Amino acid sequence: MIPAAFAYSRPTTVEEALQAIADGGDDVKVLAGGQSLIPVMRLRLAAPEVVVDLTRVEGLRGVREEGDQLVVGAMTTHADVLTDPLLAQYAQLLVQATETVADRQVRRRGTFGGALAHADPAGDLPAVALALDAEFVIAGPAGRRTVPASEFFVDYLTTALEEGELLVEIRLPKLAAADGWGVRYEKFTRVAQAWSIVAVAAAVRREGGRITEARIGLTNMGPTPLRASATEAALVGVDVSLETVTAAAAQAAEGTSPSNDLNAQADYRQHLAQVLTRRALAAAAGL
Amino acid sequence: MTQINVRVDGESYTDDVEPRTLLVHYLREQLGKVGTVVGCDTSNCGACTVHLDGQAVKSCTVLAVQADGSQVTTIEGVAEEGIGGALHPVQRAFHEMHGLQCGFCTPGMIMASIDLLKENPDPSETEVREGIEGNLCRCTGYQNIVKAVQHAAAEMRGQAPGDPDASPAAVDTAAAEHVVAQS
Ligand SMILES: Cc1cc2nc3c(=O)[nH]c(=O)nc-3n(C[C@H](O)[C@H](O)[C@H](O)COP(=O)(O)OP(=O)(O)OC[C@H]3O[C@@H](n4cnc5c(N)ncnc54)[C@H](O)[C@@H]3O)c2cc1C
Ligand code: FES
Ligand code: FES
Repeated sequence: MIPAAFAYSRPTTVEEALQAIADGGDDVKVLAGGQSLIPVMRLRLAAPEVVVDLTRVEGLRGVREEGDQLVVGAMTTHADVLTDPLLAQYAQLLVQATETVADRQVRRRGTFGGALAHADPAGDLPAVALALDAEFVIAGPAGRRTVPASEFFVDYLTTALEEGELLVEIRLPKLAAADGWGVRYEKFTRVAQAWSIVAVAAAVRREGGRITEARIGLTNMGPTPLRASATEAALVGVDVSLETVTAAAAQAAEGTSPSNDLNAQADYRQHLAQVLTRRALAAAAGL
Repeated sequence: MTQINVRVDGESYTDDVEPRTLLVHYLREQLGKVGTVVGCDTSNCGACTVHLDGQAVKSCTVLAVQADGSQVTTIEGVAEEGIGGALHPVQRAFHEMHGLQCGFCTPGMIMASIDLLKENPDPSETEVREGIEGNLCRCTGYQNIVKAVQHAAAEMRGQAPGDPDASPAAVDTAAAEHVVAQS
């Protein structure tokens, strides 16, 4: 099928894009990589009247360093993420998760910002953004605002983005191996090209044989990505060992309410969350 | 209608398209480039893979208007120019290694494989399988596709494909032992 007819605009600056969205009326959709939006439009599950294409907006693509943060443009593609030297040095967790997203063709077009704005519970990148306490820079008619990851993901396919707003950049902390950080994205799927049934994004900081900090994001354990807070708390100050990591991972599903669907039942997802958390932590801690 | 300028397989075109026209439909229906096929409605199968500015993309998941000002290469543009022009090494390898049965997935498989080999000229079996994970084949079981890609890789690196493993997998079902025994 082909999409229903729409009017198309291709702005070249953020200001023009915001204007095009404002002029577009009630039924406007922003097009980033199109790897979620175009399939949905082909199936006529969405039929916007106006499509504002961001692919030629200057300055939304690429990664830069600002003090102790990395700033990733919303239109940075998954393929860009995999080859960026700054991300390779300071954001291995994002790189590892992005490697598991879709396939080479989809990664060429799909964007980091698009995947976050889409907020699919099975999407791999929201849990990474949450685990890293990313900050979301949003531009709107009234200027820019910054929203923490803990407030960005509101519900199933729903974010803090209001009508008329654009996600422009994502700020990530630098987690360097030299500072003791180890990371792992552990994803469970049945076949190569598939969304996560459950996945775990883990970052662990070690100092002198002990864990000083752990950050764990869970993919597809509820309508939004979640932090495994009980496990994170249980890890602070413990010795780096398989026993401590295994004991902490047993709490990974606490407070989660995953869905039942054709891929898995909720109790199986909770089981997976514990197993994958143990594996991710062990790998991140270098065990 | 929106006007676009594109170069497809080395020729320049200026055309009016509806914004909702998918690149694959523009290629097939307006330019008659029916070598690129559509195999699904969900962006999963990869049969429609073409190169957009040198990179493999699923042409069912790109709007024709988005290709404005770009270069597109389809399966029809990878062989040497002209009738009787030499096939691309990857095309030849799919032929020689029996990398196809019905052939529907083949244009996309070849375009994805060429893209993979540009990035990784000597992929392991696993790397080939991962490299073409966006392309589904419902006939071959992938075995000979993987061999074809590795065979082409060796040729493109300028090595004679001397690997003893580099022959089509011996799965001639008609002659399989249990079949023969039954007849
Ligand atoms: C076959 C296939 C397999 C896939 N597998 C996976 C997978 O395993 N894991 C995974 O995580 N993802 C997967 N994806 C999805 C992929 O990651 C998409 O790239 C992503 O979900 C959407 O990004 P996009 O840039 O293509 O956004 P689009 O499709 O262009 O947009 C998605 C939504 O976000 C909105 N939006 C986009 N950018 C902005 C912005 N800057 N500001 C405001 N709103 C915006 C759009 O309006 C739209 O509603 C898969 C996709 C396909 C086709
Ligand atoms: S036609 Fe199936 S991915 Fe394009
Ligand atoms: S040869 Fe028939 S789908 Fe691949």
